[in-house]
Amino acid sequence: MKEARLNQKLHPAGVPTNNTFLKRANAQKYLLLMSVPFVLWAVVFFYVPIWGWLMAFQDFNPAKGILGSPWVGLKHFIRFFGDGDFIMIMRNTLAISFLNCILTNTLPVILALMLNEVRNIFFKRGIQTISYLPHFVSYVIVANIFLTILSPSEGVVNGILLQLGLIDEPFFFFAQPELFWFLVGFINIWKEAGWLAIIYIAAISSIDPQLYEAGTADGAGRFRKIWHITLPSIKPTIVVLLILSIGQMLNSGSLSVSFDPSYLLGNSMTIDYAEVIDTYIYRFGIKMNLYSFATAVGLFRIVIGFVLIVAADKAAKKFFGEEGII
Amino acid sequence: MKRIDLKPGDRLFGIINAFILMIIACVTIYPFLNILALSFNDATDASRGGIYLLPRKLTMDNYLVVFVNKQLLDAFMVSIARTATGALLSVLFTAMLAYSLSRRELIGRKYFNALFIFTMFVNAGLIPLFMLYKTLHIYNTFFVYILPGLIWAYYMIIIRTYMQQLPKSLEESAFIDGANDLQVFFKIILPVSKPVLATILLFLAVDHWNEWHDTLFFTASPKLETLQYVLMKILQQSEAYNMASRYTGLAKRAIRVTPQSVRMAITIIATVPILCVYPFLQKYFVKGIMLGAIKG
Repeated sequence: MKEARLNQKLHPAGVPTNNTFLKRANAQKYLLLMSVPFVLWAVVFFYVPIWGWLMAFQDFNPAKGILGSPWVGLKHFIRFFGDGDFIMIMRNTLAISFLNCILTNTLPVILALMLNEVRNIFFKRGIQTISYLPHFVSYVIVANIFLTILSPSEGVVNGILLQLGLIDEPFFFFAQPELFWFLVGFINIWKEAGWLAIIYIAAISSIDPQLYEAGTADGAGRFRKIWHITLPSIKPTIVVLLILSIGQMLNSGSLSVSFDPSYLLGNSMTIDYAEVIDTYIYRFGIKMNLYSFATAVGLFRIVIGFVLIVAADKAAKKFFGEEGII
Repeated sequence: MKRIDLKPGDRLFGIINAFILMIIACVTIYPFLNILALSFNDATDASRGGIYLLPRKLTMDNYLVVFVNKQLLDAFMVSIARTATGALLSVLFTAMLAYSLSRRELIGRKYFNALFIFTMFVNAGLIPLFMLYKTLHIYNTFFVYILPGLIWAYYMIIIRTYMQQLPKSLEESAFIDGANDLQVFFKIILPVSKPVLATILLFLAVDHWNEWHDTLFFTASPKLETLQYVLMKILQQSEAYNMASRYTGLAKRAIRVTPQSVRMAITIIATVPILCVYPFLQKYFVKGIMLGAIKG
């Protein structure tokens, strides 16, 4: 039944008036007031900046604006690919993202499975509550924490290693370039495992208990049940999150993965392993004001990210037999 | 989930499982405790190492230096200002938008919905946004903290879903009484939506409190620095803080602090608000995430 007050405004004589657009709009003028301004806002803040991609094909001059700046075609893209740093940056970006992708799509699942096996609800809630605390804290705080914990002077890790006699001198964790990726991998999962586990826990909790009862009747122990019932049931969730992860490997929606670790934990000694696309764009774009070049790099990143997510989606359909997200 | 433990192997599994989970919990919480201890420890003594869980040479100096430091206090106020303003405005406007999009008869509803959903995937990039904010003259102003993040489609969807599940009778009786949409929104929908609005308000507040990228990318003036940003700068030791001087005058004794020790205190100060709202985040967010996960 349609909302009576809206589309039918009856003439006193009982004859319905024309439902012109203006009349409908007038009837819902307050609803439009509560929506249209924000639609305009979204257009301005999300869609208008896309025109900025044109800067990638120009030698953009802020004084002249987009309309007045000269066009240079693919000059900046070529410069980026030819840059000796290109390989290094791509390697670093992909390495960190890849490691992150693996860790964040496996460990939280295991954590969720483990939490699911806990019978005492207070213990389960307690562990869970602690586990997602790091998610709510900013990466600046997390970086502070780990730079301190692993510090050569007051860091507890060095303290323990020295006490145990495993090393003679304090170890500068964050000065070792080859170690950088793995430190970042650990810190990222430390921060996010508890939070990510929630999604899997939610998925697990929606599994029909009768499946488990049938499993018990068939004589299945805990591991069997996990392997044959729980995991297959949450496979769609895992696959969807995996696809999203892969799609974000270059095109991180979240700066927490693509920018923060490298910017906050990297230093001049580890920069060859720490510099990633987002820090590169920041350095060249905002700090050195090479707007067009940085825009080109950013555009490259978005395009590759898009390709990745489509590829991952197709691969998921083929290899896992699951519905992708597209 | 009830299951009968038939095998002793199950019990062993349960114990090992619980044990590993406890280790995970310890690994998660211990770093915070260590920083807490270090923040209450004398700076010179701390740099000798060996502080694990308790301070060895207790002192309040690290905190006191923070509280008399104008730059830090200003940063703290800026953080509070943007968190309060940003979160409140965001919730209000997001709720308005969510309500209007929950009404089937809204003209253009399908297109508006699609437009907002796409914003979750669209990211124009750092430089285009930089240029936009400069053009709009919000670069290096307080508004750059508020305007760009006004509506998050994800939160809007959560609120809209909630509103769609409200009984229509609530609105209908008001309309019959002659109320218009705005009145219905403010007098009926908003009060009834308190749970979901509280959740989203909390999330937004946490997001704002933690945010520092916009300070880094889109501001230049020290007056706009937020607490997280200042903490970040100290972290990079790109700021030489002459921290001790002012407090030394007040306390009439020699104060020794280092950037490291003050960092510890600021870290704790920046974390405490999160801890304060944590029980509420706990209470409300599962519903919010569940709603988002199921519908999204």
